[in-house]
Amino acid sequence: MEIGPYILLASLEGAVTAAVLALTAVGLSLVFGVMRVVNVAHGEFFMLGAVLAWWVAQSVGGHPAVGFAAALVIAPLLVAAIAVVADMTVLKRIEYDPERTIVATIGILYIIQQVTLMTYGPDARPVEPPFNTRLAIPWFEFVDGKFQMYWPWGLSTTSYKLSVIAAAGVVLVGVWLMMARTKIGLLMRATQLDRETALAFGIPVERIYAIVFGMGAGLAALAAVLIVPIQQAHYLMGGDPLLLSFIVVIIGGLGSLPGTVLAAILIGLSDGIISVFFSPTLAKILATLLVALVLVFRPQGLFGVKTR
Amino acid sequence: MTLLSTRAMTKNFAGLTAVNAVDFDLPKGEIRALIGPNGAGKTTFVSLLCGRIEPTSGTVEFDGADISHLPAHKRINLGMAYTFQITSVFARLSVFENVALAARKRVHGTAQVAQAVHAALDQVDLNDRAEQIAGDLSYGHQRLLEIAMGLVQRPRLLILDEPTQGLTDSEIDAFKALVRGLKDTTTILLIEHNMSVVMETADRITVLNFGEILAEGTPTEIHADARVQAAYLGTG
Amino acid sequence: MSDRQKTVLLHGGLLALLLGLQFVLPAYHHGNLARIMVLAVYAMGYNIMFGYTGLLSLGHALFFAAGMYGMGMSVQLLGATPAPAMIGGLIAGAVVAAALGALALRTADVAFMIVTLMFAQAGYLAVLYFGSVTRGDEGFVIQQAQRMMMGIDLSDATNRYFAAFILFALCLIAVLWLVQSPFGKVLVAIRENEERARMLGYDVFRHKLIAVILSGTMSAAAGAAYGLLFGYVGATFASVQYSIFPLLWVLLGGAGTALGPFIGTLFMFYLIDLSSNVTSAYMLIAGVALVVLTLFAPQGLIGEVRSRIWRWLP
Repeated sequence: MEIGPYILLASLEGAVTAAVLALTAVGLSLVFGVMRVVNVAHGEFFMLGAVLAWWVAQSVGGHPAVGFAAALVIAPLLVAAIAVVADMTVLKRIEYDPERTIVATIGILYIIQQVTLMTYGPDARPVEPPFNTRLAIPWFEFVDGKFQMYWPWGLSTTSYKLSVIAAAGVVLVGVWLMMARTKIGLLMRATQLDRETALAFGIPVERIYAIVFGMGAGLAALAAVLIVPIQQAHYLMGGDPLLLSFIVVIIGGLGSLPGTVLAAILIGLSDGIISVFFSPTLAKILATLLVALVLVFRPQGLFGVKTR
Repeated sequence: MTLLSTRAMTKNFAGLTAVNAVDFDLPKGEIRALIGPNGAGKTTFVSLLCGRIEPTSGTVEFDGADISHLPAHKRINLGMAYTFQITSVFARLSVFENVALAARKRVHGTAQVAQAVHAALDQVDLNDRAEQIAGDLSYGHQRLLEIAMGLVQRPRLLILDEPTQGLTDSEIDAFKALVRGLKDTTTILLIEHNMSVVMETADRITVLNFGEILAEGTPTEIHADARVQAAYLGTG
Repeated sequence: MSDRQKTVLLHGGLLALLLGLQFVLPAYHHGNLARIMVLAVYAMGYNIMFGYTGLLSLGHALFFAAGMYGMGMSVQLLGATPAPAMIGGLIAGAVVAAALGALALRTADVAFMIVTLMFAQAGYLAVLYFGSVTRGDEGFVIQQAQRMMMGIDLSDATNRYFAAFILFALCLIAVLWLVQSPFGKVLVAIRENEERARMLGYDVFRHKLIAVILSGTMSAAAGAAYGLLFGYVGATFASVQYSIFPLLWVLLGGAGTALGPFIGTLFMFYLIDLSSNVTSAYMLIAGVALVVLTLFAPQGLIGEVRSRIWRWLP
């Protein structure tokens, strides 16, 4: 294949990565923005979403679409419920102290991961996509002074991948509408702005925190359900989304939703394209160094505006 | 001989000018009180002097040298000491260790440090509490500990930010005597709300209002100043 | 008895006990204890930053691995004998720590934790990326012939125990000396109230940087010794898990106590050792321990002892 179609293919794959990453990272960003805590277990909520999706699809049976639809609803809700329990039993009790929260969520990370290993086991298992039509993509060439259209071998995507991108877009718009237009969104923003004042105005901050933590985990789980027909569910699959979400949230400016989405698209797309030219390991090294250096030299993020 | 002076010292906080073009001179050996209504910029001003916060513009000179660009710890090492308005002792360390941390910049060796610490604690009458955890002290005693941490450094300039807040009357009397006793060795800049402390200890008074110097003079002059009365003393 | 005498007696007693144990322990536990002593050195190094200076690093595997690979590469590429190879490891650790400290200390709190995590992750990935030299995940073995130090075979169980003991004793004494020194007391002051320490005239950044270098170098010493004594160098030791371990050991044993790191390492080592007989999901123990410690015993075992019984514990 020539380089042009190759890059188009990489961008399409990158767009799927970006869509899933945006959902996962927005979950992390929401938690950081409102609660001012870093949830290191976020990647495990993602993994749990994928594993539960397999479990739901498995137990429902019938046409793949039925199982998948059930998983799409049940898995994020279950994960959100687990996160709410973790919030109320652990994080609330340490009063969301930033450092202790990180240590505690590292603990939660291992608990979720290892319990999954004990119950679900070490195997990677697929979930069947509800629909999966192969869509070939044409490419244009300039030969003898006129355009020619042809169908390069291997340049294709699937209807499922395109719908993942669409679904992520819909959910993100939904999150934005919720934050901007609903009462609960208003309460969340008030809590984010000033916890003490919010408390003084009678906003049930603890309940808001539990909802936000659950929502953040639910978004990660939803992202995982969307990706699991492409990737397979495995108990160690939480590491990469965690790392990438960190990168996205930090580069996008901690706690800023538009910045997070923008950074997710940038990282997702470039991840696909960079790995065409570089080894994925080198790409990851560069990305982690970028995050560290952004935090050191530009803590407001690459897109953030300096406050204070 | 001027120990400390500022020229055109200015600090803006997001559009609000807390300190506005202040020219200030403090001669060596003087006890100067800095007074003014709440929000006049007193704490901001002394924080600019010792480098806790960066000025928007302006210069500070200490002992003839321009220290405007020195970080806080270097200014302290030149012989300034600063006691915090909001008590800021090492709450989980012992009273002794609190003062020892301040002393070790000046004296070395276990015995010498202990001697200096006990001398400073004696000055504020806290020696019998040396082994207590600082956080367990009463509020007033924590204020005294702050002062001891300032004293043990034997600074050339001692900046005291509302030292008598929360002290009992007898402790305030002891404090007045302590400050007068330091007169020969130490220049003192004292932010104070308690007028009896100001009137009985200060050589001169600077009045700050809305971030600017409103008046400067001896206690008697300030007491008689109509502008000061209007701005601050009210009925006087 | 003065506090100083009690301190000497308690810690000297522990060292005497460890020295004596090697003659009575059965082979399995003998080997374990040698490992625990080396890992406890790692934990003590971590404790200098976390326990005494209040800097929570999530990237100490970078230092452990710097020491291990500094040593291992010296042996593999330069044909160094154990003593110079150890020094190679220490230098690698110190250099990496100085570089990381100079950058990461520009941040604080949560940002500091994430920056250290990211640098360590980059280090781990670099070990994998340069697999042609480091042998990546697979790692490499340091042969018995390469572990002869001045005629002493470090692969021999007794010699190995002895070497681990000497390293542990040196580091324990160094930590005790450090935390009783004026410098160490400034570190504690910075942990307790950084702004106040600065306003007493202490150069906070310099003190923190030195703490990071000391901590990194001691962690590197543990990494180098671990590779040398147990004959294996591999990428696992650079992974996130090995950054979490010292945090876990120190939290369990008691942050900011001289004995805590050893006690924490000892308990956690055997907990994981016992549970790995039962399940492959032994890291569950680590997870539960982290959550339980954070919730119920943030001071750790020795920290509880100190606040309840022996207030003089350093």
